[in-house]
Formats: sequence, structure tokens, C-alpha cells
Amino acid sequence: MQDFLYFLQQLINGLTIGSTYALIAIGYTMVYGIIGMINFAHGEIYMIGAYTALIAITGLAALGIAWLPLVLIVALICAMIVSSSMGWAVERVAYRPVRGKHRLIPLISAIGMSIFLQNYVHLAQGSRNVGFPDLIEGGFRFGAADSFQTSISYMQITIFITTLVCMTVLSLFISRSRIGRACRAVSQDLGMANLLGIDTNRIISATFVIGAALAAVAGLLLGMYYGSIDPLFGFIAGLKAFTAAVLGGIGSIPGAMLGGLILGVAESMTSGYLSGEYKDVVSFGLLILILLFKPTGLLGKPEVEKI
Amino acid sequence: MLEVQNLSMRFGGLLAVDQVSLDVQEHEIVAIIGPNGAGKTTVFNCMSGFYKPTGGKILFEGNEIQGKPDYKISRLGLVRTFQHVRLFNRMTVVENLLVAQHRHLNTNLISGILKTPNYREREQKSLDRAAYWLDRVGLTEMANRDAGNLAYGQQRRLEIARCMVTEPKLLMLDEPAAGLNPAETKDLNQLIISLKEDYNVSVVLIEHDMSLVMDISDRINVINQGRPLASGTPDEIRRNDDVIKAYLGEA
Repeated sequence: MQDFLYFLQQLINGLTIGSTYALIAIGYTMVYGIIGMINFAHGEIYMIGAYTALIAITGLAALGIAWLPLVLIVALICAMIVSSSMGWAVERVAYRPVRGKHRLIPLISAIGMSIFLQNYVHLAQGSRNVGFPDLIEGGFRFGAADSFQTSISYMQITIFITTLVCMTVLSLFISRSRIGRACRAVSQDLGMANLLGIDTNRIISATFVIGAALAAVAGLLLGMYYGSIDPLFGFIAGLKAFTAAVLGGIGSIPGAMLGGLILGVAESMTSGYLSGEYKDVVSFGLLILILLFKPTGLLGKPEVEKI
Repeated sequence: MLEVQNLSMRFGGLLAVDQVSLDVQEHEIVAIIGPNGAGKTTVFNCMSGFYKPTGGKILFEGNEIQGKPDYKISRLGLVRTFQHVRLFNRMTVVENLLVAQHRHLNTNLISGILKTPNYREREQKSLDRAAYWLDRVGLTEMANRDAGNLAYGQQRRLEIARCMVTEPKLLMLDEPAAGLNPAETKDLNQLIISLKEDYNVSVVLIEHDMSLVMDISDRINVINQGRPLASGTPDEIRRNDDVIKAYLGEA
């Protein structure tokens, strides 16, 4: 029983982290699906989301507003707006001018953008990590009081629910809405979509904006979960989310969701049963294995070259 | 409505198209024929903005369009298909038709989220038009299948339907009958004629199936080795010695 409770604890922790990876991974996968490039500045967009949320929370506290739902919603909206504008601007400034060139060029441009944004936040906010207030405290516990207890905090529940809502809204948006339909068309055949009168530039901008908004949600959630953020906060999370996207099959939205969850669980199981230091080894080891044995990922479709 | 004047296209040392002229009037089906490698598709690619011609003019409704990007030309109402079917394979048949009407719907995110009456009305209209064309090309029962799973002949018809929902003025078909069986070719034949008769669309087509070409064309342009060889009504072309020579080889 105790073993099971311990396992359950790792599973809960893994799914919590995994669902936020999935939120970030969607940004990678959507952009790749549409223009076939890896947006390496996406981790920074997420980090900026976390900073914006923190600034909003601090500002509201200074104004004496402490009603929790209001604080969270305002912080979330601010983070989403700032991150989305950033995502939009990054595409306009760094990717659109080099679109259609050799595929290494946008990649380098993306890495440049990532370094720029990181250092910009270093300058503007300082390089030390800053504490994120613990707004959602408490939780449930299961198990006998004298042995191991599985705990699930309200924060974790918030993360689950928020992620679930975001994923549902996104799935509906992609499958039902007119812009979602156009997104799918553009990702399958950009030239043809353009010929049929779809404003492909607008659709590409829209994917950057959507991906950035979801990253901002993840930024706020993980900022609160970890309790502190720093300008490098986006780097590892970005790499992990990228791994999740590749694991699930880059270009596939359900793949990003699945990949995020698998990666999160794999990491927390490693921490729980092996050692916390091995968790990055396992996740990037997974990346290498998937690239070696199933480069299209779990749900990715093999690219068929037409002759 | 379309006039091609002395069109030339040079790829490095190769003059693929040399001084080709042709015109398409309203309410007319014009065919471009010629042996393989004659430069037919190159002419098409220049007309649709895929290539920037190295010489000559292309006028569509009196405006010069040569060298304009393809998507701008298609927005003027000059829409084409390709030799290879280019559907959105992982979208359903009806979605293929809806997405082609994106521009006509003039999307606005806010009205989409709020589902304003105006948005619903336009969405309904595009759905009606899609349903109409599905029925017209006999694909109503396939509406919710993925386009990639259709039979080849059905994909061809869907492609034409997808062009038609964009309400083109001039439709350019590159080998529409390629890979079709005789029965499907006959259906296509009737469909193309009806596009002209019932929807007042002019058609330019490249085709190797001579019975189809002779049946439906009002006029035919023959190209051989990049140069114009002959033009005229199907009867004139049938009796033209140069054309017979080009096709059968000199005896």
C-alpha cells in the first residue's frame, strides 16, 4: 500500500509537470507544423510570460487587491497579452524576412532571438532569481498518518484544470473554427492555401500568437508551482517542451500533449525511484532514443516524398 | 478576357517557350495541346504566376499580370489546378471546400468567437455553396471522409469543385483527364461543358486525351517545341498538316 501511494505521488507530480510541458510544446509543434522551423525563442516567450504574470501580481498587491480569482485572472490575461505580442513580433522581426531561405537561416535567427530575449530580461529584471508568491496553498492528503502520505496540492489541481481547459479550447478551435481550418490547410500545403485565397501570413502570425499565449499560461502556472523564476527559467523548460514535441511527433498537436505527459511522468519516476539528478539524463536520453528509432515521434505521420 | 502576347520563357540556355500568343474570350473553352515537352505547362505556369516570363505580355481583363505572384493572380479570378492533385489530404472533403472560401468570408476573430449573426450567416452561406458543389460533382456521400482517401477520379472532381467555390472567372486545368478511366473522362467532359454553359466560366485546359479535347473545345492552340504551331477550331486542327506531322512524325 505504501509503495502504491509512493508511486501515485510520482505519477501526480509527473502529470503536473508534464501537462505544463505539453502547453509549451504546442507552440513548438504548431509552428513546426506550419512553416517547418523550430522556434527556439519559444522558451523565452514562456519565461517572459512568467515575468509578466509576476509583475502583474506584484502590481495588484501594491494596489491592495488581494481577491485571489481576480489576481490570477488579471495576471493570466496580462501574461497572455504580453507573450502573444512578443510571439507575434518575433515572427515579424526575425522569421518572416528569412522565410523560404535555407532552413538553417531561420534556425540561427531563432537562436539569436532566444539569446537576445534572455539577455534583455537579464538587464531589465536582474539575473538573480525572484520569488513567486505562493498564491494557492494547501491540498489533500491520503494514507495513514504514520506512514507515507500521497499529497495533491490545490496548485496541482489548478494546473490540471487549466491545462485541460486550454487543450480543449485549442482542440475545438483547430477543428471547428474557420481560422483553425485555415491553419490546418496552411500546414498541409502552404502554396495551395495561398492560391486559394487564404492570407497565409496572417495564419502564420496566428499560430505564433496562439503558441505564445499557451506558453504564457504555462509560465504563470510553473512560476507559482516552483515559487521562483529567473531569466534562464525558459531555457531548460523550452528544451524539455521541445523534447516533448519531438517525442509525440513534431507537427502533431495531440502528439505534443501526449509527449508532454510521458516526459513529465518519466522525469518524476526517475526522481522518485532513481535520483533527481538523473531526471534530465532520462528526458534527453528519451529524445535521442526517439530520434534514433522513431524519428517521426509517437503520433507523427511519416513524411512521404512525392515524386 | 485573357490575352497572351508573344510569351517567351527562357531557362538559362533553353528557350522553353518562344513567342506564344493565345487568347480566351468569355464563355469559351480553349485547349492547349502539343507533344510531351512542348512547353504547355510552362505557358500555364507563366499565366498563373508560377513563373515570371522572360518576354511578352499577359493581359487579364485588360490588366497586365505577367510576373505577378500566383496568389494575387488567383485573387483576380484566374484559378488553376495542377497536373498532380493537390488537395488537403488530411482534411475532410467538405472542409476542403470550406477552406477555399476563407477569403470570401472575410474572417474576423472577434465575430468568430462571439458567433455574431453575421458570422453565422456567412458560415451558413459557405456551407450551402460547398453542399451545392459536392452535389454537383457527385461527392455528397463522401463529404465527411478525408480527401486523401477518395478514389483518384473523385479527387479530380473535388479539385474542380474546390476551384469553383472560389468563384473564378477563368479556370485553368492542367491535364484534368490524366489517370481517369473512360467513364470518368466522360463525366469530366460534361462537367467542363456545364461550367461554361451554366456558370459562365471560361476554361483553358492542357490535355492529351484528344477525344476529350475535340469534344469540348471551342478553339485549340497547338504548341510544338515551345513554338506556336497552329490554332483554330477542332475541325481546322484535325485537318492541319503541320499538326498531323508533329504528332505522327514526318513520314
